[in-house]
Amino acid sequence: MKLSRNRTGYYIKEGVVSIFTHGLMSFASVCIIVAFLIIMGSFALIALNINAVVGELENENIILVYIDEHLTENEARAIGTRLLATPNVTSARFITREEALTAFIGRYENTERFKDVDATWLRHRYNVFVEDIELISQTRDDLADIYGVAKATANLRIAQGLVTLRNIVSGASVIIVAVLLVISLFIMSNTIKLAAFERREEIAIMKMVGATNSFIRWPFIYEGFILGVFGSSAAFAALWALYGLVADRAIDVESGLISLISFSTVSVPLFVVFTVIGFGVGVGGCGMALNRYLKV
Amino acid sequence: MIKMTDVFKVYDKGIKALKGVTFTLNDGEFAFLVGPSGSGKSTIIKLLNGEIAPTDGAVMVNGYNMNKIKMRKMPYLRRTLGVVFQDLRLINEKTVYENVAFAMRVIGATNKEIRARVPYILKLVGLEHKTGMTPPELSGGEKQRVAIARALVNDPQLIIADEPTSDLDPARKLEIFMLLQEINKLGTTVFVVTHEKTIVDRLSERVIAIDGGRIISDGMDGYYNYEVE
Ligand SMILES: Nc1ncnc2c1ncn2[C@@H]1O[C@H](COP(=O)(O)OP(=O)(O)OP(=O)(O)O)[C@@H](O)[C@H]1O
Ligand SMILES: [Mg+2]
Repeated sequence: MKLSRNRTGYYIKEGVVSIFTHGLMSFASVCIIVAFLIIMGSFALIALNINAVVGELENENIILVYIDEHLTENEARAIGTRLLATPNVTSARFITREEALTAFIGRYENTERFKDVDATWLRHRYNVFVEDIELISQTRDDLADIYGVAKATANLRIAQGLVTLRNIVSGASVIIVAVLLVISLFIMSNTIKLAAFERREEIAIMKMVGATNSFIRWPFIYEGFILGVFGSSAAFAALWALYGLVADRAIDVESGLISLISFSTVSVPLFVVFTVIGFGVGVGGCGMALNRYLKV
Repeated sequence: MIKMTDVFKVYDKGIKALKGVTFTLNDGEFAFLVGPSGSGKSTIIKLLNGEIAPTDGAVMVNGYNMNKIKMRKMPYLRRTLGVVFQDLRLINEKTVYENVAFAMRVIGATNKEIRARVPYILKLVGLEHKTGMTPPELSGGEKQRVAIARALVNDPQLIIADEPTSDLDPARKLEIFMLLQEINKLGTTVFVVTHEKTIVDRLSERVIAIDGGRIISDGMDGYYNYEVE
């Protein structure tokens, strides 16, 4: 008889049977994977949304650099290169005092009262865009020190608040994910251990009639795999539904600031990550559990 | 092929089960191993299938050096053996059919091969009507026959049986021993531990007698020349 045959069907059947013979433990391990992935997924989605908002702010974000009013327009334009040379600056757009005035007046309906306003009341200015919002106050100070710059202002509070929030969320995510990963590996490995313990005599007998370790291991791997994939699919579906609910609410409120990223943009990577984790926890937990019973 | 050379086995608590056992069983031979309870018979069998390792001395089985065999190679040694264990070691949750079939599945047989071979072997040991039952539903003798069927099913090079017939009625006993003789005539080496004096006397085969961990006689006389209690 040839040695290598396709026994996948047998392995899967044995794995499924094993899942049902200790159904409660299997159910518990699926639940723990689902809970783990939902929590992890929620944190990921929150972090992604904050990142998206921060990213948007970075785009329109802006240090306003006012140029000393004694400089001519040409001199003011010349400062542009110095601004660009400052660390963390990605671009700088020059706005003449006339343009600034027009924009200013444009914000009001009744323009009559600005009839007498002269552009020279205003200063030439730059909109400076930064790379990293986290460094914005440093960049603002650097810009203010440049010769010819009268003043540099940035809306630090929103920027800093968001950055802090983002850091907290990502820090918390790392810790929570690590803790949950350990817990779910532990639960999964206990499930498989229980399954292996119930079948320890059978395993010993199999070894006596010439079974290799891999022949014995495969059904358990499939068991872990099935539980893992089942858990991750359930978690994915649940998170999708949950996110849909939250996103609907957010759009109802329509505060203008909150616009959630759509689930479809993150669904593929999220699904991949979920599956990998479900697979890893299932199969990894199995590997941790089995070795003791194979030494006969 | 079995070759034991000056083998000692000391168990954990200092119990000396074997004290210098030497014998050879060549390919195609048939031998009985007889001796009183506690004399070391099962210990010899466990050394042959790698369940335990010798404390001293050399053990060779079917070309495998049991002193040096790697864990990785152990399954392949065991596939050359068909062992009937004294405690049978059937899987209580599996049916008679499955107990025999899984020994084939373990070594990579296809479902087709299994479906063809298992019923044939079960008929050979007279269990064709019990295929769907589980071991707890069987009598002691029926369980022994399941264990024998499992040992035979892969057509091994060497059959080792540790008191395979103790629970069978006299007619069945003789049947099983004649079956083992039959299989031996077809080229399989057979090594049987037994207490069945009358049957050993009738079959005129080689008899190795052991007492207190030492071989006290080994002959082709065909009779059981050691008084068993
Ligand atoms: N795992 C063990 N640990 C310690 N001592 C053991 C172990 N197995 C067997 N022994 C001892 O080794 C000796 C030989 O035992 P063994 O099982 O080989 O006897 P046996 O000839 O098969 O007896 P029986 O005919 O009753 O089956 C006995 O004294 C027994 O108590
Ligand atoms: Mg014994």
